[in-house]
Amino acid sequence: MFDIARYDEARSVDEAVALLAANPQARLIAGGTDVLIRIREGKQPEAHLVGIRHIAALTRIERKDDGTLFIGAAATFSRIASDPLIRQCLPVLAEAVDTVGGPQIRRVATIGGNVCNGATSADSASTLFALDAILQIQGPKGIRLTPIHQFYRGPGKVNLGPAEVLTAIVIAPESYEGYGGHYIKYAMRKAMDIATLGCSVNCKVAGGNILADVRLAFGVAAPTPIRCPEAEGVVKGKPFSLELVESFGNAAAAEINPRTSWRASREFRLHLAKELSKQALVKAFQQAGGLIHGD
Amino acid sequence: MATKRIDCTVNGQKHSLEVGVGESLLEVLRNRLHLTGTKKGCGVGECGACTVLVDGEAIDSCLFLAVWADGKAIRTIEGEAKEGQLTKVQKAFVEEGAVQCGFCTPGFVMSVTALTEKGCHCDREGLKKELSGHMCRCTGYHNIINAAEKAMREK
Ligand SMILES: Cc1cc2nc3c(=O)[nH]c(=O)nc-3n(C[C@H](O)[C@H](O)[C@H](O)COP(=O)(O)OP(=O)(O)OC[C@H]3O[C@@H](n4cnc5c(N)ncnc54)[C@H](O)[C@@H]3O)c2cc1C
Ligand code: FES
Ligand code: FES
Repeated sequence: MFDIARYDEARSVDEAVALLAANPQARLIAGGTDVLIRIREGKQPEAHLVGIRHIAALTRIERKDDGTLFIGAAATFSRIASDPLIRQCLPVLAEAVDTVGGPQIRRVATIGGNVCNGATSADSASTLFALDAILQIQGPKGIRLTPIHQFYRGPGKVNLGPAEVLTAIVIAPESYEGYGGHYIKYAMRKAMDIATLGCSVNCKVAGGNILADVRLAFGVAAPTPIRCPEAEGVVKGKPFSLELVESFGNAAAAEINPRTSWRASREFRLHLAKELSKQALVKAFQQAGGLIHGD
Repeated sequence: MATKRIDCTVNGQKHSLEVGVGESLLEVLRNRLHLTGTKKGCGVGECGACTVLVDGEAIDSCLFLAVWADGKAIRTIEGEAKEGQLTKVQKAFVEEGAVQCGFCTPGFVMSVTALTEKGCHCDREGLKKELSGHMCRCTGYHNIINAAEKAMREK
């Protein structure tokens, strides 16, 4: 039995916002795979919950005429991983969310819950950082848009005001068209494990071998997921070479400040950051159509 | 605790139940409907012993609120064998010796059942991934994967 005192099922986003506004004690629950664990641990006694998993508008995945992708916040990971539009336009996101937990978890856990939970280890987060995702948030004052890198405030802390609901993750066409991406989750076990480090790279290639754009993001390298603009600057606009990949790895390791936890030491995470960023860049470059000498 | 009425079918049978808003689907199945084939291992989504099908999808019933089952079709291990006839998945588990203490078996059988019904054509590695949300403390997994492979092959 979960210690839940009250549960309301919202049938629309407007209703979810109204239910939250009417009861400041109420918290959202989507798939519940974080919320229910917290309740089980006694961290949210006599919880008041507003359920949003059955709001059809929140589970939609669509592309607008201008190419902008909208991923409903309550879309489950298994839905995203198998969605034809995601597989076509954002294969790197399909890959990343397919590393979460196990299959049963992925069928109920949502991408919105992953982002709003505020964990630096969230497997969708670093990829969404590397995709320059924009969050569409609806609250009592209407709808606002926030870049994902302004959303995280600290461990478990996100920029959500009272009665606000994340409704969609928005990816502009200029953020994904012509890009190739790769996500690497380093964990002790292949399944059912939280990342020791997560690394995501998006890359655009010009003229066969110029790294026209590179975006690098990490999870578990800091209290929140982070981008690495300096490492990106080291390679942007330059022709691909293995020496350049080496400097990218070094710059990435120099830019982050991970901590020691029971999962891994700071030194091991720095080593991982260097190696994973190199591997992810090479893969992303190839995904983007880049040719490596001797291919 | 507040309660809510839910209407659902469990193994093809209609039920209208008044459930507590804090009850998990696992608790309702085991404690109210006395369907104790579905096991409780960890209670936190890690072991898969509580796996049931909700509208054909294998999920962990320990992390699934009973109120979410409203309007859904639930399947548990009790509904699989019909008139004493094991399903092909159950038969494969028996024939491959994929059972030791049996605690994990109902969950595994439900996941493999969903896979075969979806027409999954996974290879051995794919099967391991599909079943990675289940733990078994006894068999060493080989026979379970063999059983799953066998069930996939048999039409
Ligand atoms: C066994 C197990 C294994 C796991 N493995 C992984 C893993 O490998 N990688 C990983 O990243 N995570 C993992 N998780 C954590 C969890 O599954 C994910 O974080 C998941 O994405 C959370 O989604 P949810 O819909 O279940 O969130 P919920 O638990 O419903 O919500 C999470 C938080 O977000 C808030 N919230 C939810 N939706 C919204 C919204 N639309 N707007 C505003 N706030 C919202 C809730 O109020 C809550 O604070 C695991 C969990 C379990 C139980
Ligand atoms: S009892 Fe549900 S996953 Fe372990
Ligand atoms: S047979 Fe004993 S846990 Fe699997």
